[in-house]
Amino acid sequence: MKKMQKKIYMTAGFNTTSMGTGRKEFNPKKERPGLEYYISEAGKGVVKQIGGADKIDETVIGNFMAARFNKQAHLGGFAATVDPLLEFKPSLSVEGACASGGLSLVSGMRSVLTGMSDVVLSMGVEVQNTVKAIYGADILAGAGWFQNRKKGHAYFFPGQFSDRAGAYYEKYGFDYARKGMRQWFVNAMENARLDPTAQEYHNSGENLEALYDKMKPNGAAFVDHLNVLDCSKVSDGASGILITSEEGLQKLGVSKENAVEIVGWAQLTRNITNDPPSAVELTTIKKTAAEALAMAGISIDQVATVETHDCFSIAGVLATEALGLAEPGKGAEYVAAGNTSRTGKIPMNTTGGLIGWGHPTGATGVHQAVTIWQQLTGKAGDAQIAIPKERPYGMTINMGGDDVTVVAIVYKRADR
Amino acid sequence: MNYDEKLQHVSVLGAAGKMGSGILLLTAVEMADLSLKPENKGKTFVLNAIDLSDDGLAGLIGYLRAQVQKIAEKKTVWLRQMYADRADLIENYDIIDQYVNDVLQIVRPTTAMETAYRSSLVFEAVTENKDLKVKILKQVDQNNPNKAWFFTNTSSVPINIIEAEAGLNGRVLGFHFYNPPAVQKLVELIVTANTQAEMKQFALDYAKALRKVVVPSNDFAGFIGNGHFMRDALYGIQQAQKLASGRPLYEAVYMVNKVSQEFLVRPMGIFQLIDYVGVDVVQFIMKVMNPFLKDEDLHSDLLDEMMVMGVKGGQMSSGAQKDGFLKYERGAPVAVFDVKSKAYIAISEFAAKCDAELGALPEGYLPWKAAVRIKDSDSHFKPYFASVKSLGTTGGDMAIQYGRNSDRIGRKLVADKVAHNEQDVNTVMLTGFFHAYGPVNNYFE
Repeated sequence: MKKMQKKIYMTAGFNTTSMGTGRKEFNPKKERPGLEYYISEAGKGVVKQIGGADKIDETVIGNFMAARFNKQAHLGGFAATVDPLLEFKPSLSVEGACASGGLSLVSGMRSVLTGMSDVVLSMGVEVQNTVKAIYGADILAGAGWFQNRKKGHAYFFPGQFSDRAGAYYEKYGFDYARKGMRQWFVNAMENARLDPTAQEYHNSGENLEALYDKMKPNGAAFVDHLNVLDCSKVSDGASGILITSEEGLQKLGVSKENAVEIVGWAQLTRNITNDPPSAVELTTIKKTAAEALAMAGISIDQVATVETHDCFSIAGVLATEALGLAEPGKGAEYVAAGNTSRTGKIPMNTTGGLIGWGHPTGATGVHQAVTIWQQLTGKAGDAQIAIPKERPYGMTINMGGDDVTVVAIVYKRADR
Repeated sequence: MNYDEKLQHVSVLGAAGKMGSGILLLTAVEMADLSLKPENKGKTFVLNAIDLSDDGLAGLIGYLRAQVQKIAEKKTVWLRQMYADRADLIENYDIIDQYVNDVLQIVRPTTAMETAYRSSLVFEAVTENKDLKVKILKQVDQNNPNKAWFFTNTSSVPINIIEAEAGLNGRVLGFHFYNPPAVQKLVELIVTANTQAEMKQFALDYAKALRKVVVPSNDFAGFIGNGHFMRDALYGIQQAQKLASGRPLYEAVYMVNKVSQEFLVRPMGIFQLIDYVGVDVVQFIMKVMNPFLKDEDLHSDLLDEMMVMGVKGGQMSSGAQKDGFLKYERGAPVAVFDVKSKAYIAISEFAAKCDAELGALPEGYLPWKAAVRIKDSDSHFKPYFASVKSLGTTGGDMAIQYGRNSDRIGRKLVADKVAHNEQDVNTVMLTGFFHAYGPVNNYFE
């Protein structure tokens, strides 16, 4: 069993708004803030909480495809745009498709564990509304194996998860599965309405179930087994959080009730050139979550809330099975019964997740950590849920590609 | 010759014009789609874009490129299937680029009419002038050995006259797109007594491929669309002139325009619509139609007067509205032309007085933008116009009279056998003029 050599913590999380369709102020025809704005905005939001950047030893920026969305690589060079004190300190960018944010966290955690840094500023960023969705699909397809692009769908990733949804319908029944996916969507909207930074914050649709049922999957217009409500958003956004050692936390003067402790984590990758071992199982998520829980020495039953990577509603349903909350094939029922809603057994994606809050791909992993930090330290505002004493843990699952790169982290409030 | 073969060599006459460029775009896309079918691989498709204006043709390819790209972005799923055998086209970017190139490769911009001599299908979209149309069609037909089919986009000239004068015996029909052709769903289809049955079938197939709504109209000057619009416009002009006793005409124009837009819940007021189409075009179409009308005089001195003063309306090549009866800023009317001083008078100077005289809109009023989305229009407009009627104001009374007249025009088009039935009249006004309710109704009784 893997063990950490010392304690690590996270604190001072910050999310920018997730910008894109759904936000009232979003106008695709008008010029918008770019990559530089989001990086510095997220970084400044963190720095402000600790009164300056002098104690930050290192910066890591997670990003997936700025090289194509924004024609910009080398994002490590932007650290000092957050604060001049970050210049001539270590800074790098990391990439693992939509798990780039998770890798940013992992990279910071490794650095603290080795003793090279006591305080790491971990960020994630993506600005995707620079191109129309049909071209964005090309760019995001880079998360798969390019040799498969030609035979893939025009909307490549929706196509991949449409195939998974189709397999799930085939095995367990269409109406049964859609009920679970519908509830996943409804939860996402209802949670997003409680977080002012969420892309669907302004969502005010009255009968979400009816809306969902009306929009039948239509392969002629989109993909065969998903509608657009099953999909995460196209988003511009960034998130940041500090990863610290015990000494780092003291240096910052942050009290433990304002920090979370990382009690377990894992990062696994499957072979990108292979098809997934099963269309109806998120195998890498299953293995990674199990390892993280094992390191934490807890079972999933002790977790109060999970942020999981619902790039598509079917991924949300499959995650409940991969996490062991539901038996194989029972995830749809588990979600439909309300277990993952904010008043359910284990509230998931309490600020809307990728479908409701938004999915600035490279930022998502960090955003998930920020949300869990907020929930466990009582800073989630209107989106705050109750954290039961006997189940003090939170968990994040960040996935890159079709279950290829996965980062799982288990947290608890540092003073508990 | 089957459908695909007929579309292998096509010409558009007047291709750089407002209507011609739209017809060119739709036809180029249809031809490119045919060329992608496995059974058509290796065949050459040619679409001559013929126009006298070098300047117009210069901008045409840029227009087509931008439009085709938008179209391709919307059907990329289908395009990926069509290019499945092209290993070099992998991303959507590659596929969309290739499609744009394939469409543009079909189009040959030229000022040389002779290129049409080899076509089997010819679209005519030159200036609305019968003699010009006849001259050009005759020239093309006499030099073309293929017994080509001719689709004329005339909105007013009877097809049988073009047929007889150009000697096209059964090989011409009216295929009247609405402006702009790429957007407007409506096409009026007009055949003569001689039109070949297979040509009519081809026209229906072609319209279906373009996803157009076809309304058949009988071959009577103006057909259904202009048959209604011209009379409706003349009525509006006459109402304004009547209202102008004791007040300047520009105030009356403002008031009639407001009543016909707001009280009648139309997308634009009648004078704005005249400006949109062009004062010159309206005058011209009335002139074409008038000789064919027995018991009415479709003519306006006021339009003649405006033309003499050079106030023509119409649109700039950018699509922006030129000044006519009204002066526009960013598409919205801000002043009205005063024929006495030959100057525009700002609406803000007299609007309050005129608005007070017209009276307020009734409760339950929904502007056109909202009302046009209502599926069951009867449920909204029947009670709405009942409240307009009960207003007892100048504006309310004018609106009711206007609506009755519009209804009368619609029924007359059926009685005169221009339209086959009232439904067709309503379809034309709903689809081609974006009205929120059909003119033939029972709202104004």
